[in-house]
Amino acid sequence: MTIGEIINKLSLNEVATATGLDKNIKKGYVSDLLSNVMAFASADSIWITMQGHQNVVAVAVLAGLAAVIIAGGVKPEVETVDKAVSEGVILLTTNLSSFEVVGRLYELDVRGE
Amino acid sequence: MNSRQVINLEFQLKSGDFEFAGEASSQIKRIVQQIGVKPEIARRIAICAYEAEMNVIIHSQGGIIRVEILPEQTDLYVEDRGPGIDDVNLAMQEGYSTAPDHIRNMGFGAGMGLPNMARCSDEFTITSEVVVGTKIHMTIRHI
Ligand SMILES: Nc1ncnc2c1ncn2[C@@H]1O[C@H](COP(=O)(O)OP(=O)(O)OP(=O)(O)O)[C@@H](O)[C@H]1O
Ligand SMILES: [Mg+2]
Repeated sequence: MTIGEIINKLSLNEVATATGLDKNIKKGYVSDLLSNVMAFASADSIWITMQGHQNVVAVAVLAGLAAVIIAGGVKPEVETVDKAVSEGVILLTTNLSSFEVVGRLYELDVRGE
Repeated sequence: MNSRQVINLEFQLKSGDFEFAGEASSQIKRIVQQIGVKPEIARRIAICAYEAEMNVIIHSQGGIIRVEILPEQTDLYVEDRGPGIDDVNLAMQEGYSTAPDHIRNMGFGAGMGLPNMARCSDEFTITSEVVVGTKIHMTIRHI
């Protein structure tokens, strides 16, 4: 399942887009604890969080994540969006809860391990 | 990469500076990627640098991160100006954190930064003196 297809199926808002929408996503990780993401999210996975501040972008870049979904209707800060654009991180938002996002991703064959 | 080539970098880290938090680590990652370090190794270097950088920004009064990139390995030297860590063994334990609530609300304070550094580096040494400061040296081998 590509990021582009995931965006369509879950009707996600693209607040920062970048190259790589055709990247195939096999794995996902959900956590609001940044060091926990650093420790356990695999490279090229999609990350679901309710954090909206700019360190989210640094974590995505450094852990080599494919995209970030900010769930639960959380609005990312302006600085977060700007940073995502400049760093080339795909940043998506949704009013769906983290639980609902993960459930729908699982149905699309995205796995936690 | 030329076998005698060495890249030295230095970044000042300011206490509480969340706006530039992660900048030093991002630059370090970019450079090691550019010189052809394998993605998985570059990722480990990035994680080590990031956790160290964030700890200096969050828990200390400021400091510095120095990087020495050799053909065979990357060395990270992190030094801050205090307040130091009273019990290093306790701080190294997964889940131990003294991060205040407003920092935890940002998603820090899982108590996993130091364990992440130890796990992602091939060599890890930490020394700390109360009031004076904390020093960390990490080596990540490229092969
Ligand atoms: N440079 C430092 N100066 C002073 N105290 C530190 C420093 N680095 C770590 N500590 C202490 O060690 C504890 C554990 O650090 P660690 O990085 O493992 O977790 P954390 O920073 O609290 O949370 P996380 O890294 O998961 O966001 C910190 O909460 C803090 O008390
Ligand atoms: Mg930490």
